[in-house]
Amino acid sequence: MTDHATDNDTGKWDITIASARGRLSIDVKELWRYRDLLSMFVKKDIITVYKQTILGPIWFLLQPVFTTFIYVVIFGNVAKISTGSIPPVLFYLGSVTMWNYFSETLNVTSKTFSENASVFGKVYFPRLILPLSKVVSGLVKLMIQFGLFLVFWLYYLLVKHSITPNWYMLSFPLILLVLALLSLSFGIIITSLTTKYRDLTFLIAFGVQLMMYATPVIYPISIASPDKQFWLWLNPLTSLFEAFKFSFLGEGVFSLYWLGYSAAFTMVMLMIGVFIFNKVEKRFIDTV
Amino acid sequence: MSKEVVIKAEHISKQYRLGQVGTGTLSHDLKRWWALARGKEDPYLKVGVENDRTRKATSEYAWAVRDISFEICQGDTIGIIGKNGAGKSTLLKLLSRVTSPTQGEIKIKGRIASLLEVGTGFHPELTGRENIYMNGAILGMTKKEITRKFDEIVDFAGVAMYIDTPVKRYSSGMYVRLAFGVAAHLEPEILIVDEVLAVGDAEFQKKCLGKMNDVASHGRTIIFVSHNMQAVQGLCKSAMYLKSGKVVDIGPTDKVINNYLSREVKNCLERKWNLDDDAPGNDKIKLLSAEIILDSTEDGAVIDVNTAFDIRFGFHNNVENQMVNLSFFLYTASGICVFNVGTVAQRLTKGHHSSTLRIPAKLLNDDVYTINLFFVKDTASVLYKTEDLLTFEVVDGQRDVAWYGKWPGAVRPALDFTVS
Repeated sequence: MTDHATDNDTGKWDITIASARGRLSIDVKELWRYRDLLSMFVKKDIITVYKQTILGPIWFLLQPVFTTFIYVVIFGNVAKISTGSIPPVLFYLGSVTMWNYFSETLNVTSKTFSENASVFGKVYFPRLILPLSKVVSGLVKLMIQFGLFLVFWLYYLLVKHSITPNWYMLSFPLILLVLALLSLSFGIIITSLTTKYRDLTFLIAFGVQLMMYATPVIYPISIASPDKQFWLWLNPLTSLFEAFKFSFLGEGVFSLYWLGYSAAFTMVMLMIGVFIFNKVEKRFIDTV
Repeated sequence: MSKEVVIKAEHISKQYRLGQVGTGTLSHDLKRWWALARGKEDPYLKVGVENDRTRKATSEYAWAVRDISFEICQGDTIGIIGKNGAGKSTLLKLLSRVTSPTQGEIKIKGRIASLLEVGTGFHPELTGRENIYMNGAILGMTKKEITRKFDEIVDFAGVAMYIDTPVKRYSSGMYVRLAFGVAAHLEPEILIVDEVLAVGDAEFQKKCLGKMNDVASHGRTIIFVSHNMQAVQGLCKSAMYLKSGKVVDIGPTDKVINNYLSREVKNCLERKWNLDDDAPGNDKIKLLSAEIILDSTEDGAVIDVNTAFDIRFGFHNNVENQMVNLSFFLYTASGICVFNVGTVAQRLTKGHHSSTLRIPAKLLNDDVYTINLFFVKDTASVLYKTEDLLTFEVVDGQRDVAWYGKWPGAVRPALDFTVS
């Protein structure tokens, strides 16, 4: 490939367009310049969902309520999976809210290139803006759903006195950040790998489902035998879900060791993701 | 006068793979990867054919753009012209960073905005107001800039009444006007425009061109791609002529356009045969020649809508006292018969004869025309007929209207049409 980087006039050019090469860096300055676009994308994601509806954003609450109801019936009453001392409704509502955020963000970011090819084919903007906007609009949705969780939580805390939260709750934003970055990393890796060869897309829905069962979403980790627990902990999502449950609901495991592992795992995945995303974004339009 | 160079393209090439992506592509990818891993050159960069869409490809790779270098200075308005498949759109895509070149690099100074399509990112469910912000942001404007321009955009598009209605309820004209309105109020240092003028009515086209002229007069650089020589001539000071992915000519617009027309118009203006050898016909009549004769003898002269010319046929009559007349058919490239005209039937002596048809100025439209010729005996039976005898293109001439769209119709006669 050509490389004229040694030209003495490189300093005066704003943009250099050359053949695709992977970079392990994010052009933060450029992303910042396009921050208004990010907020527009987020706004679009949120408001187009409830355009022409009467209840508006309340529809965001329906999904976790239904899922929780089904889980309480199937896993709680039929399969009789123990949720310890935590009321099943609260247990499932919390997990479902968190899990939906992860799986939906992963799902939509993993289609970044294929679903936005028409826009990407016509105009340039930092491609990373799009998956980032999905992470943020997912967060907005999560916050609305989390509000519902808090209502139930306060009810069980103040009226029923059946849960004992603790100050580890303050770690929630960090847990959320790791969760968001992890889904983003998986998403951009998958979308980069599936622009040319789409084979992998057939496995994603299946993989995400499988991953839910490998994560303590519908069960607490304590129901697994100690030697199996180790394998569960290797799943970077496990420590996040356990820490969330421990801090808000009083039962679970808050393991700094495994949280550190999850954070490190996420950073490595993010680096890999950014590297191949940068490489693919320059050329994908030719092969998508 | 030394102007600053704002775009510098150095030996840029773009290769595309033909055919479908599948298992075969994977084996190529693996070979390529293996070659690069050993530090060798990409084996598929050596192959590839010129981009000629009429021929069947002989290679699986084609070069849409091959080894182009050019410089564009600040304040230039440059038109890029060429036939379909010449690499215009690929070059635009490279310049607007939608895809990256296979080889070479482009350096750009200043903010660049590209309009390869109007209304990119418009969402039908969003209102006009929301879409202005959305579209503006996609094109690289900040919220503040859009707010500052908002009233101007709405005014330009003429949709003030519908600004809070979802754009899915807009008429297509309103939609396009709003979309172009946003684009027209971009303030980049470099603006790349692809044939957006093809949309909208005459009044709107006038508005768009006016706006672009306005942009150009503020010292900004415009790169404009079009099939429409009228628009290029009206808007651009210089032009670049691409053919099969290469730059053929670059310079002042008039010169480049003339060069383009004289090279690309595939005219078949003259055909001659030998009586004893290859002359088409039969034992009763043989065609000897067919040619189009322009009044101007200047080299490289083209037929435009304001040119009058003669079509002359030479033939050999082989039967003494045969009652013959010629029947002339003019077809457009799309196969519509424009007219059929015949000579008066007359008895001809045995020997060579010639026949001339005068096509007046301001009769034909800008189009490609072909000629069929029939020889008719006794005004009843066809003696001999030839098809696609000659092909010629009539190009558009200088117009005195501010509308640059394709003139409709098979003919464009200058009829007496007045208002009193």
